[in-house]
Amino acid sequence: MSTLKNGEIVIRCENLHRSLGRDAGRVHVLRGVSFEAERGRVHAIVGPSGCGKSTLLYQLGLLDRPDDGRIWIDGELISNSSDELRTAARGLHLGFVFQFHFLLLEFSALENVMMPMRKLGRLDEAAMAARARHLLGEVGLGEKTHRLGNELSGGEQQRVAVARALANEPSVILADEPTGNLDQRNSELVFGLLARLARENGQAVVLVTHNPDIAKRSDRVLEMRDGVFI
Amino acid sequence: MYMSLFGIMFGVGFFIVTQAQTSGFEGFFIKTILGTNGALRIEDRLQATLFPMEADGAAGRSDFLIASDGNRKVIPGIEDPQRISEAVRHFKNVSGVSVVLENSVNLATNVSGAAVRVQGVNIDDHLAVSDLASQIVRGSLADFRLAPTGALVGSMLASRHNLQPGDSFTLEWNGAVRRYRVSAIYETGVGDIDRVRVYIHMSEARSLLQKPTGASFIQVNLFDASRAPEDAARIQEVIGHAVAPWQRREKTWLDVFRALRFSSAITVSTIILISGLAMFNTLAMVVMEKTKDIAILRSMGYTRNDIARIFIWQGVIVLAAGAVAGCLFGAAATYGVSKLPIRIRGIFSTDSFVVAWSVWHYVWAVVISSVVVMAASLIPARRAARLEPGDVIRGTSQ
Ligand SMILES: Nc1ncnc2c1ncn2[C@@H]1O[C@H](COP(=O)(O)OP(=O)(O)OP(=O)(O)O)[C@@H](O)[C@H]1O
Ligand SMILES: [Mg+2]
Repeated sequence: MSTLKNGEIVIRCENLHRSLGRDAGRVHVLRGVSFEAERGRVHAIVGPSGCGKSTLLYQLGLLDRPDDGRIWIDGELISNSSDELRTAARGLHLGFVFQFHFLLLEFSALENVMMPMRKLGRLDEAAMAARARHLLGEVGLGEKTHRLGNELSGGEQQRVAVARALANEPSVILADEPTGNLDQRNSELVFGLLARLARENGQAVVLVTHNPDIAKRSDRVLEMRDGVFI
Repeated sequence: MYMSLFGIMFGVGFFIVTQAQTSGFEGFFIKTILGTNGALRIEDRLQATLFPMEADGAAGRSDFLIASDGNRKVIPGIEDPQRISEAVRHFKNVSGVSVVLENSVNLATNVSGAAVRVQGVNIDDHLAVSDLASQIVRGSLADFRLAPTGALVGSMLASRHNLQPGDSFTLEWNGAVRRYRVSAIYETGVGDIDRVRVYIHMSEARSLLQKPTGASFIQVNLFDASRAPEDAARIQEVIGHAVAPWQRREKTWLDVFRALRFSSAITVSTIILISGLAMFNTLAMVVMEKTKDIAILRSMGYTRNDIARIFIWQGVIVLAAGAVAGCLFGAAATYGVSKLPIRIRGIFSTDSFVVAWSVWHYVWAVVISSVVVMAASLIPARRAARLEPGDVIRGTSQ
């Protein structure tokens, strides 16, 4: 991927609607969200708790289906595709960092980072391990590659999750408060890494954050309130 | 999972060992039948009342004769055993034919007497249709061959009348009394035979029973005893005598053995079934515990099938380990059981457990456990595959 592509729209959504909950408890969370993310840029989504930031990210991450509206990845309409196609698109185009670190705790940090590569099957075992080690080094965990998930602190787990999201060199990295559990130094480290990779590899980074510093340093800040961008 | 593993191992093992025993005894019983009364017995002559019948439809077809069952006349015994033996010997599957003249006579020793069934046989013919040679427990067949008035006496009959090889006794029929000498004592293990049957030479039997021609029945052995019903039907068709295959003669006992074999298979299969339930339970719980992990894998691009495969693999691994261990255990137990002493007389004669070694017992045990395990792991696996990653992540992240 070259930096020449920077600026190209890689993921786009239009008029997304999503309601959650059942019957009387049903909440209209996303109320017609339109959004696009460009290669080589960091997009920060900010807004009060409960306004629908995570819900939007799950939509963009193809983890959930919209009630209405459409999503394109690399120009391809994917929001109404089959589960197989959406699953394949997740593996190929998307890297996800969840709001709460989701590692496979019985596996080592290295194994966790190799997991998406195994599914994609582009690299052989040695190349996968080398790449995973490199990524863990980038997030400052070069010394702890063989620690099991449950032997890592919350912040360390978060960083493994970031390394894992980068594993398949996705075109879009969706990160839900990737620095939420990190101290100043590690926040810097993770954000710096995401921003650098976005520019170097032409990846679009979409992150949700409550941290004003991080928002300030992003290329674009989108403010959400009650399920729409304002 | 260890519980399921052990359950499957024991289920498979017990399945094998019970099948080995029940089919072992069944097979031994069949062997005893074939070694005593033979595969086929040609009995009374059937005189069908034949009448011509017009083939309807196509005109000009020749008439043919058809036998009507309702009008069958039964003529006891066999009038021309020589001719019938010859005819039967021409059947490909027939391995031996022995003409037998049989009747009830009175046996008497110096001190006691009893009604017995005497069978006149040509000994060499009869050895070809029975295991008499290996059933001799005292005395010798060679003596019998050389002694015109020799007799072979069943073991229970001999002990009741205190007869030893060399002792003499008399047989009386219709007023005529003739004296015989015990050449050998045989034991088939079949009480109904060992208690009452006395073999003498055919020529002696003809004199004793005052029957210079004819025979009571012809005993036939086959190369492939399993084909007896088909052969019986064909022979009966050709020679016009009733032919009874062993499967029909011994149907009652054979049904008992079959019922035993099935009921033990079902009983033991419940062990496998319960292991399957335990496995289902464990896997279902693992799926519930791992919903988060499943959602993460799905978010990375792992498909529903990938997820299902993980759980099916767990089942397959437990199944494979359990089946292999169970087969080994079953084989060892079968060997051990075959060394256990047990004395059985009555329907056959054995001093230890009889087992049959058949690869089918192993195949069936593995098939049954595979079906159970697959059912037990498919359902949780499908449930895991159906999870929506979005639902799981939202549920745990809020
Ligand atoms: N399963 C559910 N049923 C009903 N409402 C739900 C459900 N899940 C989430 N919601 C509601 O949807 C809204 C949006 O949730 P979402 O997780 O997107 O918020 P958020 O912007 O990410 O908040 P935070 O900053 O606290 O993470 C919230 O008001 C929440 O209460
Ligand atoms: Mg959120």
